[in-house]
Amino acid sequence: MEGLTLSEAEQRYYCDLFSYCDTESTKKVASNGRVLELFRAAQLPNDVVMQIMELCGATRLGYFGRSQFYIALKLVAVAQSGLPLRVESLNTVKDLPLPRFVVSKNEQESRHTALYSSDADSSASYSGVIPPPPGRIQVKKGSVSHDAVQQRTSTDQQESTSPVVSPQQSPPTSPHTWRKHNRHPSGGNNERPLAGPGPFWAPFSEAQPGSSTSSDPIWSGHSPPPHQENWVSFADTPPTSALLAMHPASVQDQTTVRTVASATTTNEIRRQSSSYDDPWKITDEQRQYYVNQFKTIQPDLNGFIPGSAAKEFFTKSKLPILELSHIWELSDFDKDGALTLDEFCAAFHLVVARKNGYDLPEKLPESLMPKLIDLEDSTEVGEQTGEVGYSSSPAEAPPSKSPSMPSLNQTWPELNQSSEQWETFSERSSSSQTLTQFDSNIAPADPDTAIVHPVPIRMTPSKIHMQEMELKRTGSDHANPTSPLLVKPPDHPEENKMSSSVKFTSGNTVNGYSSSDSYTSDPEQIGSTVTRQRSHSGTSPDNTAPPPPPPRPHPSHSRSSSLDMNRSFSVTPGQQQAGVVAYPPAVPPRPQPSQGAGPHVHRPVDAEGLIAHTSTSPQQIPEQPNFADFSQFEAFAVSGVNKEEEDEIETHSEVLQVEKPSDSASSLRVAKADGRVEDKAPANVPTSVGKGTTPLAPPPKPIRRRLKSEDELRPEAEEHTQKTGVIAAVLASQPSIPRSVGKDKKAIQASIRRNKETNTVLARLNSELQQQLKDVLEERISLEVQLEQLRPFSHL
Amino acid sequence: MAVCIAVIAKENYPLYIRSVPTENELKFHYTVHTSLDVVDEKISAMGKALVDQRELYLGLLYPTEDYKVYGYVTNSKVKFVMVVDSSNTALRDNEIRSMFRKLHNSYTDIMCNPFYNPGDRIQSRAFDSMVNSMMMQVC
Repeated sequence: MEGLTLSEAEQRYYCDLFSYCDTESTKKVASNGRVLELFRAAQLPNDVVMQIMELCGATRLGYFGRSQFYIALKLVAVAQSGLPLRVESLNTVKDLPLPRFVVSKNEQESRHTALYSSDADSSASYSGVIPPPPGRIQVKKGSVSHDAVQQRTSTDQQESTSPVVSPQQSPPTSPHTWRKHNRHPSGGNNERPLAGPGPFWAPFSEAQPGSSTSSDPIWSGHSPPPHQENWVSFADTPPTSALLAMHPASVQDQTTVRTVASATTTNEIRRQSSSYDDPWKITDEQRQYYVNQFKTIQPDLNGFIPGSAAKEFFTKSKLPILELSHIWELSDFDKDGALTLDEFCAAFHLVVARKNGYDLPEKLPESLMPKLIDLEDSTEVGEQTGEVGYSSSPAEAPPSKSPSMPSLNQTWPELNQSSEQWETFSERSSSSQTLTQFDSNIAPADPDTAIVHPVPIRMTPSKIHMQEMELKRTGSDHANPTSPLLVKPPDHPEENKMSSSVKFTSGNTVNGYSSSDSYTSDPEQIGSTVTRQRSHSGTSPDNTAPPPPPPRPHPSHSRSSSLDMNRSFSVTPGQQQAGVVAYPPAVPPRPQPSQGAGPHVHRPVDAEGLIAHTSTSPQQIPEQPNFADFSQFEAFAVSGVNKEEEDEIETHSEVLQVEKPSDSASSLRVAKADGRVEDKAPANVPTSVGKGTTPLAPPPKPIRRRLKSEDELRPEAEEHTQKTGVIAAVLASQPSIPRSVGKDKKAIQASIRRNKETNTVLARLNSELQQQLKDVLEERISLEVQLEQLRPFSHL
Repeated sequence: MAVCIAVIAKENYPLYIRSVPTENELKFHYTVHTSLDVVDEKISAMGKALVDQRELYLGLLYPTEDYKVYGYVTNSKVKFVMVVDSSNTALRDNEIRSMFRKLHNSYTDIMCNPFYNPGDRIQSRAFDSMVNSMMMQVC
């Protein structure tokens, strides 16, 4: 430091202050505690103080020599006048007002306060008393002579500040430097409560409104300057020599000093009991400062400070690593190697306390216990912790922890709950229960049966309805009023009204309903009432093997049926065979060989429908007896009903027309039928059924293979064989080509119907299988999750 | 209730040793030192298998007439050795395991402390208190 030139007033003033701070009367070193206290009284931000200390060299030396002290005082004056602290300013700034120091007092100290204030005011008066100090050393010597003069005031000052010393007695093992304070003659004042800081603050805040504010703009970047009142409260705190000496010139440390002081001061002020009463309370200012420091490391207040960053930060405090390690152990509550805001504040506070000589507790004090992870309440938490800690002492670790522990524990249950929720969620997605539910749904449900069950169930009412309709039509109409479109009520009445099965056979685009209806109609029409009754009996109760294939509520079917309806309507406006739209191909004429010619037209359609039914589902295999009806039809056809042929032709043409919208499978079948028909036609089968069949047999076979499901193949094979046989027979019976064409048409329609039915069945089967697949995949996923959960525990 | 608890680093130097003060601590130190051979032997025995399958709890390393020595090794080859009094028959294997688990947890907490350099002696007060709780309460 360059030479410091002091004015007389300054020298005198500084001398007084030095002697005041020279509690040990060493005349050489100002006790750091007092110096700090003095600096606090200067109402400067801690960072300013630290800078001052650094500049004056006290931090370097570790103590305040007279020269350092004087320099510091000068810097205080500089700072208080609002000038930036510079070494150069020591000597360059002229006419610097003497540094003003505010000291807190209690009632008994009021006189001292007045005296002190008077001293401050009359510091200039010392100019006459204090001889100009020859130099630093000389200043010291010179000041000695005035010590006696100033001793009174200094003692007063000391006394006035003695209560400030009291908190230093609080630490159980205060460092030796603080014992100096304890040995201070004014130690008797230590127990004096400081009850009047509030009113005391006001005058001092008025007294020095400008100093702190002036210094504030300079240090605006630092933590918010405390209120004057609070700053005054800082003055009460005993300075810590260790803190001054060890803290490097950093904002953090400066503020730490202040915060430490504030902590102890606040405790003293609020607590009139022993210093054990919660020195761990964090004041709001401290908290704010901690938060700001946190921000410098981690901008996100809700984030974490990693251990390495925290290590660097706290290493600056120059505490031994062991103590820092212990502080970390105390403050890192969740033991995650990172500090949240609360943890950071606790750690900082512990560092500050340790700096002040407070021994680190074995357990984290309750006031420092981090609250819930919700950092939004950080400020509130500080207050709450303060309040909580207010009534407790750090020694009472277990009970003090209890109030805050639940709050902490809440975090864990929350986490646990979240995990539980997570588990439940996962369970919801794929838990054994759900799996079992799935299993229960799937296991007993055979895919086929699953497919079958709903279908027949659904179909029963329609069948019943169909049956009813059929019953109504027993005498009148062979055309089955029972329409697959019963599932679609709006269409049903229309279909029911549509009587002509012949026409509906045209619209026979593989409508499951149509086929089923045709199927149902077949037995009825084939047999007569008896057959109908058989169909009734077959359809209503029996779900597994309904002789009449259950009409499938396929929208396509309905659509097709509607199409059929349209076509049928257009084709046969006259006919009023209701409900046959669905199975126009199934139409009555064929299956009723016994009946009149009218029905004849329907019968082949019905037969076709019957055949289609057989092809659509395995359960339709038992439909073979109905198929037998077709044989009857065959017989009937053999009988050579021209009308049938004609109708067949019509139906065939219609079927051909219908083929287009049909599915590929149905088209295949239709193609088969066509193939068959075509084969039959050119083959001129009528001569022999075998001839008709043989040429027909090969073509359908390759087509058959194209089909996807084997089930379809099986019934299709049967169907084809049967159909081929029947058709062949029919065709054979009809030498005329148009007849064969008509029959082929019907056959095609029937085949279309069957194909469509088979498609429906297959589609349903596919959906069921996919559902099963999904369930199995879910099972698998859940098992894998469980496996992963169990795996880490295996080698624990 | 252990008589002696020791934490041995990977390089087989002790990080922490705490014994019941009544006994001759040197004897326990020697016991722990000799038990390290047994620990290494056990580690190498299952070294063939994957680390995952290796059991952290080694179990009874070897018994003597006065006491039994249990071992526990972490995945980072840090060993915990515990010497218990043979007369303490009520001490079951589960309790030994739980004690080792607590030791392991405390050790991980120490590791989380950024101020702790791995390889340093363990001077954590929390660890000390935890170990004290596990030591035999000898008046």
